Amino acid sequence: MSDSDSHATGSPYAPQTAAETAAMLDAVGADDLESLFDVPESVAFDGEFGINARSERATRREVAGLLSRNADLTEFLGRGHYDHYVPSVVDDLASRSEFLTSYTQYQPEVAQGFLQALFEFQSILVELTGLGVANCSMYDDATALGEAATLSQRVRSVSGDRILVPEHLRESKRAVLSNYADGPALTIESYPMTDGAVDVPALSDQLGDDTAMVYAESPTVRGVIEERLGAIGDLAHDHEALFCLGSDPLALSLLERPVDVGADVVVGDAASLGTGTAYGFGLGMFVTREEYLRQVPGRLVGASEDAADRRAYTLTLQTREQHIRKERATSNICTNQAWVALRTAMHAAWLGPDGLVDLAEDCVTRARDLADRLDDIVGVKAPIHGRHHFREFLARTDQPASAIVADLAAEGFAVHAVDDHLVQVCTTETTADATDEFVAAFREVAK
Amino acid sequence: MKYDQARWTDDSEDLYEPLLSEKANKTVAVEDSPLPDDLTRDSLSLPDPAEPELARHYTRLSQMNYGVESGPFPLGSCTMKYNPSFTEDVAGRADAAIHPDRPDSTVQGTLALCHRLQDYLGRIGGMDAVTLQPPAGAAGEFTGIQIAKAYHEHNDDERPEVVIPDSAHGTNFATAAMAGYEVVELPSGDDGRVDIEALEAAVGDDTAALMLTNPNTLGLFERDIERIADIVHDAGGLLYYDGANLNALLGRARPGDMGFDVMHYNVHKTFATPHGGGGPGAGPVGVREGLAQFLPNPHVRERGGNYEHYEPSNSVGKVHGFYGNWPVLLKTFAYIARLGDEGLRDASAKAVLNANYLAEQIEYDVPFGPFHHEFVASAGEQDAADAAKRMLDYGVHPPTTKWPEIVDEALMTEPTESETKRSLDQLAAAFNAVAGDSDAELADAPSRPTAKRIDQATAARTPRLSWQALDDT
Repeated sequence: MSDSDSHATGSPYAPQTAAETAAMLDAVGADDLESLFDVPESVAFDGEFGINARSERATRREVAGLLSRNADLTEFLGRGHYDHYVPSVVDDLASRSEFLTSYTQYQPEVAQGFLQALFEFQSILVELTGLGVANCSMYDDATALGEAATLSQRVRSVSGDRILVPEHLRESKRAVLSNYADGPALTIESYPMTDGAVDVPALSDQLGDDTAMVYAESPTVRGVIEERLGAIGDLAHDHEALFCLGSDPLALSLLERPVDVGADVVVGDAASLGTGTAYGFGLGMFVTREEYLRQVPGRLVGASEDAADRRAYTLTLQTREQHIRKERATSNICTNQAWVALRTAMHAAWLGPDGLVDLAEDCVTRARDLADRLDDIVGVKAPIHGRHHFREFLARTDQPASAIVADLAAEGFAVHAVDDHLVQVCTTETTADATDEFVAAFREVAK
Repeated sequence: MKYDQARWTDDSEDLYEPLLSEKANKTVAVEDSPLPDDLTRDSLSLPDPAEPELARHYTRLSQMNYGVESGPFPLGSCTMKYNPSFTEDVAGRADAAIHPDRPDSTVQGTLALCHRLQDYLGRIGGMDAVTLQPPAGAAGEFTGIQIAKAYHEHNDDERPEVVIPDSAHGTNFATAAMAGYEVVELPSGDDGRVDIEALEAAVGDDTAALMLTNPNTLGLFERDIERIADIVHDAGGLLYYDGANLNALLGRARPGDMGFDVMHYNVHKTFATPHGGGGPGAGPVGVREGLAQFLPNPHVRERGGNYEHYEPSNSVGKVHGFYGNWPVLLKTFAYIARLGDEGLRDASAKAVLNANYLAEQIEYDVPFGPFHHEFVASAGEQDAADAAKRMLDYGVHPPTTKWPEIVDEALMTEPTESETKRSLDQLAAAFNAVAGDSDAELADAPSRPTAKRIDQATAARTPRLSWQALDDT
């Protein structure tokens, strides 16, 4: 093979041969590649990035070498990011290139597969919540909450700009919400919690006609299952505020249906199914009542018919989106988390309704059992809240929480430090095999 | 074509009930749970396929979908290039699966990778500091505009407006509005570029920022960029770079050198690019030195050989619940490392050559020029949307249609560097075949894919967005 036929170029993924390049340059009347760049001399970059090209093998080795610097810990961590076992078939099917390398379904006739998968994702969320409209994926729980807050301002019949959130809210979630609230000038206020759950009388005192939205979570960031969601919903509606509930699809498989407690919007991270841990990589869930349909942010897939009268799917109500209505769009979200939604739908379907309910029940049972075992340790009280828990709970330790975390890390385990003497522990099926060793290590470090 | 599997067309519909459907759902009662009955739902009704059925279902769906590996995907402004398998492997590493709440000392490897990627992106964009947190390009825009806002607030300088050219991505407008700004739309000049006089008229004491894409969505480089930067800076505003088209400039020009103060990178476009049916992406944001204090927290820095998260002094806060779309960033790192300086420059050059070559080969009118990564052809007398449907019959994915609005019946085309001359010639042949087709042929298209023309109006008029909302018929 002569040089001019070779694909050996600078980029292994720019496959034209030297002969092709020459022919194409000739066709466009250019002397060389550089002359194609219409960049004035004064702003042209003639330096180097100083990035050396590596082979595939060397790049893999480099990444492996870097990641090997991470400590090998068994993570009893949660607080919004969960490790549930993802079946191999999800990785396998989601990796099919027709899914992975496709784009937003602007030509639905050749995107029926992804559209149907997203329609199925929406349908699963509608079943889990009982609300009528689910969008097909946002970034994560925090940004979905931000979108819910701005939605509340758009749809509320009376004016008011206060968003009430629980005192026990993940700080990073609140920080994102604050950023979303900044543009429309919403104010974020915390309401108190009692023994890990909403202090309903205190919330009632804080609510006013200027409240646009009340947000509550179940399970909460501390893993507590909220028992008075119906009362919270009623309070919000008494003031014509929206009731927004934060949860996740696995918890919703078991807990009361959001529609039955008066939820107007359900947000949360759906990556608890289909993803496992990936340094906080998320999938925003956003489900709401049909009456707010035209104010929903993000993409929606709808059923229609094709010219042969067959069922067909398409992106719909795109007039809400920023490529049509620009600054009047319901949100700026464009690229979203579609492929993650595909994985979540696959995982939910793989589990099926029995599997989902069983796994959710296991979360409750495992958390209860682990709390009981830690509570038996001298110097540890767990859980500190006399409530039902889902996956995770707080423990009070005589030793400083920072010491517990550091000493457990030395033993190969990770837990959260929440306060001076509070640690949080999360358990799922992925840490089940390590539970005995974890309890033993906890006993050592709690002394 | 992979998407056009004959056995899944017409007749098979009657035989093959979709597996995941309301009709296929199984209802289970929720009873005897470890929780009191009043805290649990009564029942759950969802599909219950066995794994082999599940595998067939999704395999079939994949066969009804068109991706970059199915054929050319010249969707303008989306940069749909080949997706290297190895970056997927790297992102899927088991040891990359880390919980975000671990102490810094236990995730030195992950933080080192973040730091190295921040550094690479800074060099490529000519920026002094980079955050990896925004999970998409539009989230990057929001971050960048929040940074601009924080900068002005820090200086007690109230500036209520953001100026955006009419050819800009729609996300720019939505982002500025979302951040509470009034949008001032800037009409393009006769050459498709920023009209300097119009810019001078639009920019003033109220201007917080100008959001600009360069090269712009017509594929044209804004040659007056230094003048533009001066006008904005002299008025006290900041210059924001929309990185959607950065693939056309790698190693030839850097936003930082052109006078931009803030930029986002669409790493899923410019670097490793599995677009995953519309996401996930990632939208890191770079800033010049004086603006680093406003970056989202936490930021990653190196101290004495150790890496740590810290909060910039005047941080805008957070734009993602954790640290952004980490697996996408891992792919980005692997891609940049694989290509290096020479590869990145070569990718950019081939992308630009391919756009210019394709523009030369097609019979539709292609106004303006010379082009960088993309061009906008005009379907002229034809309806661009119909022309796009007809292209499906010729086995290729059509370009972006009817946008930007500056060009009548726009066909916005970006072939990327992944295409060979042979595939560009085939793509051009498809364009030219459609250009010669009658209106009737266009109106009936497509006929080859699994679905014929889909009725969008009905979908919008009577929204059916879940199984639960479907008729029984």
